[in-house]
Amino acid sequence: MATRGPPGARPGMGNRFAQFKLVLLGESAVGKSSIVLRFVKDQFDSYRESTIGAAFLTQTIALDENTTVKFEIWDTAGQERYKSLAPMYYRNANCAVVVYDITQAASLDKAKSWVKELQRQANENIIIALAGNKLDLVQEQPDKRAIQTADAQAYAKEAGLLFFETSAKTAENVQNLFTEIAKKLPLDQVGPRHARPGQRPGVSLAPEGANTQVGGPCAC
Amino acid sequence: MADEIAKEYDVIVLGTGLTECILSGVLSVKGKKVLHIDRNDHYGGEAASVNLETLFKKYGNYAAGTEPWKQYGRPNDWNIDLVPKFLMSSGELTNILVSTDVTRYLEFKQVAGSYVQQGAASKATIAKVPSDAAEALRSPLMGIFEKRRMKSFIEWVGEFDPKDPATHKGLNMSTCTMKEVFDKFSLETGTKDFVGHAMALYLNDNYLDTPGAAPETIERIRLYGQSVARYGKSPYIYPLYGLGELPQGFARLSAIYGGTYMLNTSVDELVYENGKAVGIKATMAGVEPEMKFETRAKMILGDPSYFPDKVKVVGHVLRAICILKHPLASTNDADSCQLIIPQSQVGRKNDIYIACVSSAHNVCPKGYWIAIVSTIAETTANHHLELAPGIERLGKIEEQFMGPPIPLYEPLEDGRNDNIFISKSYDATSHFETSTEDVKDIYRRCAGEELVVEGLREGIQMSQE
Repeated sequence: MATRGPPGARPGMGNRFAQFKLVLLGESAVGKSSIVLRFVKDQFDSYRESTIGAAFLTQTIALDENTTVKFEIWDTAGQERYKSLAPMYYRNANCAVVVYDITQAASLDKAKSWVKELQRQANENIIIALAGNKLDLVQEQPDKRAIQTADAQAYAKEAGLLFFETSAKTAENVQNLFTEIAKKLPLDQVGPRHARPGQRPGVSLAPEGANTQVGGPCAC
Repeated sequence: MADEIAKEYDVIVLGTGLTECILSGVLSVKGKKVLHIDRNDHYGGEAASVNLETLFKKYGNYAAGTEPWKQYGRPNDWNIDLVPKFLMSSGELTNILVSTDVTRYLEFKQVAGSYVQQGAASKATIAKVPSDAAEALRSPLMGIFEKRRMKSFIEWVGEFDPKDPATHKGLNMSTCTMKEVFDKFSLETGTKDFVGHAMALYLNDNYLDTPGAAPETIERIRLYGQSVARYGKSPYIYPLYGLGELPQGFARLSAIYGGTYMLNTSVDELVYENGKAVGIKATMAGVEPEMKFETRAKMILGDPSYFPDKVKVVGHVLRAICILKHPLASTNDADSCQLIIPQSQVGRKNDIYIACVSSAHNVCPKGYWIAIVSTIAETTANHHLELAPGIERLGKIEEQFMGPPIPLYEPLEDGRNDNIFISKSYDATSHFETSTEDVKDIYRRCAGEELVVEGLREGIQMSQE
């Protein structure tokens, strides 16, 4: 896997560089992939089809001059649609973004059940953020809102989740969402691939000297 | 929900064992529209990795009302393979993992040692399988003169070129037997045993007398040597959290390329037109209300359990899964290893395999080892006696899980007549080379072309990466 750290963020004197696995959850069509696309590429596409061909993206955030957090972002690849997400998906996830659509009343209930699933399947100390997406729609037409901010906020507080209303379309709060997650992560650890310090490191399967050829267009 | 399921797919795949998941992944990458279904609520089918509670419940070997798994820590810290296998580090499954980039989702570690037994019962010697000429010279498996003969044999294996008769020692490779090759080097029976069984990994001695089988045997010995050379300790690697991660990784690959996944879904009926399968009727459980649907496909792939009237039994495997609190004796306290007991050493026709893994691979809590003893059944009763030479090697056993002999299935037909392409059961070999052969064979039959592993994902534009 090619690592593309930002300049000046290499591990070294006084620099902290930590990598974390982030998983996305939420009902189909609430905008999980769009939030990630906005965060990673600062793009938006209104007519995106269901996620195909990309389910592993990375993005780094510089929290301050000396601290860089790299997110290894796992999209569901549609496997949530028929309750067929594999345990592998949750394994060693350090953080999760659970997305609902503020214009669809049922999507918050769905989000709540994903939070329960995370609490059952994932690491005990996983950081979970709740994101109410499609804020742009209610800014244009307030009567489209189906879930009140205060209701979702109260649930997030009770369940111990970070909470934001976001718009992947206008980018509102997207960067905030990830930055606040980064701030809550245990930055002194390196995760998730080296989650257990002191373990014998794994082996790299790529043929020697061929690392750059196997990753497809871009292994970043 | 049901209306989201397409009216037609290119391929419907039934069962989420490794063979099926690799095929799904590859077919999706190639642009086929795949619907992948499993009747279970988890991935892996017959070859899943399960937690300790599930294992107890599967074998039912505990008193009603008791919960014996509770004395072994959190059940979810256990990932126990139902079928024991390792990956050859230079084998074809490794190549497929790399060329499809599924390595992104998995982490592998070496298996710490590869051992072979000479002699039986109290006279048994356990020794590392020598993988190169230098190791052969140090090995306690051979006397001093035999070591030199073995050294020249291994060196010759390295030089052998099937196309260059000058390297064939005067033998006709298309007709001679491996026995004749061994005899050229005057190798003793004990040496032939560990070369054929612990390096070439043959399960029985049929290979010795098969005319024309020598080049394949030599190729297997080379694969062993190359695999050891890759990481150093043994020819094997193993995924953290157990073998069940492999099908999940390939299922994810398929999903990324548009494959649709449905667990908890049973096939109610295969739909035929003019003798050819054209679709399925199925029911997804675990949702309220349960979802019935019907869809069509150009072909159907699946494991034998979905087609009971289209497969035959070709043998039975005996298997005992044992929980230990110590490593195997005489293996240098290895955190993981394979021990092969060649058939001739214990008066059998088929080898006994022991595969041992531990917390080093995140399959159990610290302080435990999981050892799986297996062989091909040779009798119709008292199967525990057949496994006994292997069980004897384990020392004190905390828990032992052994069910009736496990049937091995193969399809009756190649699928071209009815558009149903069926995989073989996981065999008794200790690695995945035969599974990947099955993948390639099914691909050839159903896609009408060879599966080229090299560069599988190259040139395919990914929408976001």
